[in-house]
Amino acid sequence: MTAPAVPSAPSVPCAPCVTVNGDQVPLDGVAAHTTTLDWLRDRGLTGAKEGCAEGECGACSVLVARPGVETETEWTAVNACLVPVAALDGQEVVTSEGLGTSSDLHPVQQELAVRGGSQCGYCTPGFVCSLAAEFYRAGRVSTGDEVSSGSTADEHHCGVDMHALSGNLCRCTGYRPIRDAAYALGAPADDDTFAARRQAPPPAPRPTRLAVDGAEYVRPATLAETLALLTERPEAQVVAGSTDWGVEVNIRGRRAPLVVAVDRLPELRELRIEDDVIELGAALTLTEIERRLDGRVPLLAELFPQFASRLIRNSATIGGNIGTASPIGDAPPALLALDAEVVLASPRGERVLPLADYFTGYRETVRAADELIRSVRIPLPLAPLVAFHKIAKRRFDDISSVAVGFALEVADGTVTRARIGLGGVAATPIRAVATEDALVGRPWTEESVRRAAAVLATEGTPMDDHRASASYRSAMLGQSLLRLFWSRQARGHCVQTPKKQEVSA
Amino acid sequence: MSALSERPENPTVGIPLPHESAALHVTGEALYTDDLVGRLTGVLHAWPVQAPHAHARITALRTEPAHDVPGVVRVLTADDVPGINDAGVKHDEPLFPSEVMFHGHAVCWVLGETQEAARLGAAAVEVDYEPLPALVTVPEAIAAESFQGTPRNLARGDAAAALEKAAHVFEGEFEFAGQEHFYLETHVSLALVDEGGQVLVHSSTQHPSETQEIVAHVLGVPSHEVTVQCLRMGGAFGGKEMQPHGYAAIAALGATLTGRPVRLRLNRTQDITMSGKRHGFHSTWRVGFDDDGHILALDATLTADGGWSLDLSEPVLARALCHIDNAYWVPDIRVDGRVARTNKTSQTAFRGFGGPQGMLVMEDILGRCAPLLGIDPLELRRRNFYQQGQTTPYGQPVRQADRLAACWDQVAASGEVAQRRAEIAEFNRQHPHTKRGLAMTPVKFGISFNLTAFNQAGALVHVYKDGSVLINHGGTEMGQGLHTKMLQVAATALGLPLSRVRLAPTRTDKVPNTSATAASSGADLNGAAIKNACEQIRERLAQVAGGLLGVSPRDVRIEDGVVHGLSPASGSVGWNELVNTAYHQRVQLWASGFYRTDGLHWDANAMQGEPFKYFANGVAAAEVEVDGFTGAYTLRRVDIVHDVGDSLSPLIDIGQIEGGFVQGAGWLTLEDLRWDTSDGPNRGRLATQAASTYKLPSFSEMPEDFRVKLLEKAHEEGAVYGSKAVGEPPLMLAFSVREALREAAAAFGPAGTSVDLASPATPEAVYWALDAARTPRATEPAAGDTAAEPAMAGGPRGSEEATTWSG
Repeated sequence: MTAPAVPSAPSVPCAPCVTVNGDQVPLDGVAAHTTTLDWLRDRGLTGAKEGCAEGECGACSVLVARPGVETETEWTAVNACLVPVAALDGQEVVTSEGLGTSSDLHPVQQELAVRGGSQCGYCTPGFVCSLAAEFYRAGRVSTGDEVSSGSTADEHHCGVDMHALSGNLCRCTGYRPIRDAAYALGAPADDDTFAARRQAPPPAPRPTRLAVDGAEYVRPATLAETLALLTERPEAQVVAGSTDWGVEVNIRGRRAPLVVAVDRLPELRELRIEDDVIELGAALTLTEIERRLDGRVPLLAELFPQFASRLIRNSATIGGNIGTASPIGDAPPALLALDAEVVLASPRGERVLPLADYFTGYRETVRAADELIRSVRIPLPLAPLVAFHKIAKRRFDDISSVAVGFALEVADGTVTRARIGLGGVAATPIRAVATEDALVGRPWTEESVRRAAAVLATEGTPMDDHRASASYRSAMLGQSLLRLFWSRQARGHCVQTPKKQEVSA
Repeated sequence: MSALSERPENPTVGIPLPHESAALHVTGEALYTDDLVGRLTGVLHAWPVQAPHAHARITALRTEPAHDVPGVVRVLTADDVPGINDAGVKHDEPLFPSEVMFHGHAVCWVLGETQEAARLGAAAVEVDYEPLPALVTVPEAIAAESFQGTPRNLARGDAAAALEKAAHVFEGEFEFAGQEHFYLETHVSLALVDEGGQVLVHSSTQHPSETQEIVAHVLGVPSHEVTVQCLRMGGAFGGKEMQPHGYAAIAALGATLTGRPVRLRLNRTQDITMSGKRHGFHSTWRVGFDDDGHILALDATLTADGGWSLDLSEPVLARALCHIDNAYWVPDIRVDGRVARTNKTSQTAFRGFGGPQGMLVMEDILGRCAPLLGIDPLELRRRNFYQQGQTTPYGQPVRQADRLAACWDQVAASGEVAQRRAEIAEFNRQHPHTKRGLAMTPVKFGISFNLTAFNQAGALVHVYKDGSVLINHGGTEMGQGLHTKMLQVAATALGLPLSRVRLAPTRTDKVPNTSATAASSGADLNGAAIKNACEQIRERLAQVAGGLLGVSPRDVRIEDGVVHGLSPASGSVGWNELVNTAYHQRVQLWASGFYRTDGLHWDANAMQGEPFKYFANGVAAAEVEVDGFTGAYTLRRVDIVHDVGDSLSPLIDIGQIEGGFVQGAGWLTLEDLRWDTSDGPNRGRLATQAASTYKLPSFSEMPEDFRVKLLEKAHEEGAVYGSKAVGEPPLMLAFSVREALREAAAAFGPAGTSVDLASPATPEAVYWALDAARTPRATEPAAGDTAAEPAMAGGPRGSEEATTWSG
């Protein structure tokens, strides 16, 4: 396969520009709210499509060169409809057009084309980019010859993790040929330039300041600079992965006079594992945390596959999920169960507070305008009995109607400690304190669990909406504790510790 | 064998080929209407002003403030319409309304230099509304007697008398939801003005000819001044049969008034709040069985939720009535049908076109009644299949009744259904909180437009001097692979390799007066028209070749581009040479083709006749697993045998079957249209108006094990190269999923539990169904069909579906 040349070294500093399919394209006169998708399409790269403009369908998926976990650079698929193009200043983007041409198809394109993976073709370039990201994932085992018979549901067939396509919707095919195409992928060829590019560092983030028609997009270089800017301009809209802000811009037409990008601040991208705490930098993406923790926090390991889609997790940050303070964010119920703390930084210094005290009302928090979420701390040791239950219409890539995080300790058949976090049942994520009280000090038996489940079913004030009825939400709270109990019973242990559960530190 | 259906030796039809545009799809090189915008200069962008009321009179419209927004060029209102202010063919869809008929109705449109300018301009337009009472649900419309169009009645025999005599009679009420098309490409039109005021509209439309007609009547010009082109669509599923016209007209109006190209592309929110959907239905029914479970009679009333205007609601209703029997012989039957007028989007065509709704009523009846009759639901269905020689309630013989049985028995055998059901029973015994269910359901779907006139098509085939071939036809490509099949048909009919044939985009100035690409008929109609055109050319070339080879023209054969006589001794000549010779002999090298489906007749008032050329048949077996704690489920395995005749293009057909099945499963289990039915300020607003709230099937909803087979030896005598239509019928195979969920929910209760299941059967609906099944009732039916009240306990949707049984 030959492909357009991809620079093998970080790009040379220039005026604001993005490297697209190997060409440096200037960001002249680009408005702060302009999405990467609209910008690409205006430049004639119309392969990426707008299907929903809110990161749900993946028709706009493109590849971005990002810092990798296993290689220097990873080709990371993101929703171009959500990412402001200003956020990609100095970065490298590859679109479906850049991967191959109709006379010289990329291996991913080839497999999708010959197996009937496209019908109307509108979602296809997005599938191509999401699948190409998986094709180039360094950890992917690839034997190349295990072509699917179409009769198994192994999510890691041929090394391909089908969650890579969880953020792409196809209305035509029914997905089977797309799955077969994914399972037919071998390893990248020796002369594959995209594979080679992974060995060099990704483009470094660089300070950006774009101002058009009175609206600014600013990416400061350091935390101190960011905090100074927030102090000076309290009206600033802080944006990390833009998976929430992008929806506001596209669907609700919101425009901010100043957007401050924090997703590449080095101070917000540290991950520390110590004896008594795991600290997660607020600007780490869910994918990065998922890969780097690698199962060390079992409750989070259960959460990650259920958190939106791979495309969203590639951009969305842990800090952002707390920062938006949505009552239906997926991370807070789990983090509440983990007794997590939030570290807030401001020019006045840092303060640490329990996540349970962070939320004050519907999308309201204690965070001051000049404060930033710097990190999330998870105290160690972890409770051994954990579960994350998300109730939604669709198994993956859906917003929860109810989410429950459990972290329990059981000693000698008695519950000694209980933390239960709930989402979707109140104006904020909450702890199920009454249920915790109903469990602690009582035996871990069906009888007492049933009693506690009845209490759990009365927690919060669920409402009726298009996702679920209030009565279903309440029922699901109670059922989730029964399900947890039953699942442990079914495994033959009162309290079971999965292999990866122990934190080695 | 008919001339139409007969295949030559080594035909190109029947070869499994990927989509003709697959390489363009995967690279992003394939062009869709909105991809053309960047290739033009000076394009204006249109944005609607959408009303925030479900029903209101517009008392004032002030557009001036929009002109203060930088970049706003013009605001289009009713005053700008030179022709007829209507977007439909029934003249009940004002393009610019004076009365708002649904929440989100576009009142006027703003044109801006950028989309941002148009959006801000639309926000600046001031509209005064006088809110009026709104009907949002079908029961509300029934109570208010708010109907539209002509009510229809389908009857045979004496249903009332037969019900009197039946050993077992059940009655019920069932209301079920519609479905959003959610084609990935939203509605889009791009209009340009040519010299002399000629208008060219690029439109994502399944029905270019009708789009052309509507644009012409809005502009007040004859049709020959408007050309509509459809490159391809990013999905349509029926949603672009009637609905694109108004948007095309707005773009065309803007272009003629400003002299600049106008792009109208709806974003997802606009598309989902403004465009029509699959009709939800309300039904009441009484059904009678004999002691062996044979259906004796059905008396039903179907009320379709038509939304604010008629659109295609009448033919949708007619097809629903014609498919309530599905695959089953119902000797005495009476079905009343009517279309409710509600203050919602104007519901429209959607894959199956009412057929799924009619069949769902019957499949729901059988699923609910089987336990009450004490008969295995598989047996109950199989026992009631049409037999050879029987006719439908509208008087059409079911000529291939044996194919239904063949599909059924093949699925039962290859799907190892008996063995798996035993395994499921064992699994269910061992798992108190997880249950599995397996169900089989059939589909018998009539192919042809009910309206006989639509069953015609045209094509234009050019052979150029160099021997290359360009084909045009009246059908549109929406992903269904029509163009792939048409290339195969042309290559087969001319005896050429596929590489010699190219296909040009659908345009109304190439093939006029076309029917919508709909009713699954695209390949049947256009394929026959292309074949007709190719045969005219082939005939003329045979004359020339006969002269060259010294054989009778009747003995000339063209295979893979080589022209020869019957005997090898006569030698051969290449296609290119033959074409060149023919040109110099002044032989016409192009032809227009035409086709009309023979043998159809339909009395729409009496609801009697033979509206369908044939039936497409299929059977599916689905196995699900349901979690008793949440109602969440997985689709473990699906086996399908489907009758596509002798397939024109097997890879395409299997893709249609799989895709249709998953789309049907989405309708029945996941996709949840929720309208605000409260009396609050948002009454009538669609609450699920985004991909984040309206969930389509994703990878996780695909059957884990998906086995699709085409019925073999299925030659269809009356259709092009022996094939059958495939677009719609497989959608209805998804009833098997819904019935399997019912089986699994029932397994939470005692044997013989009859389960009432809402549609869509979301995890919540399944949870309430299984919770009702496992919760002991105050009054258990003593025998299967004695009086009981199996209403769902506590389920918010269940209360809409109270069912009573009488014995």
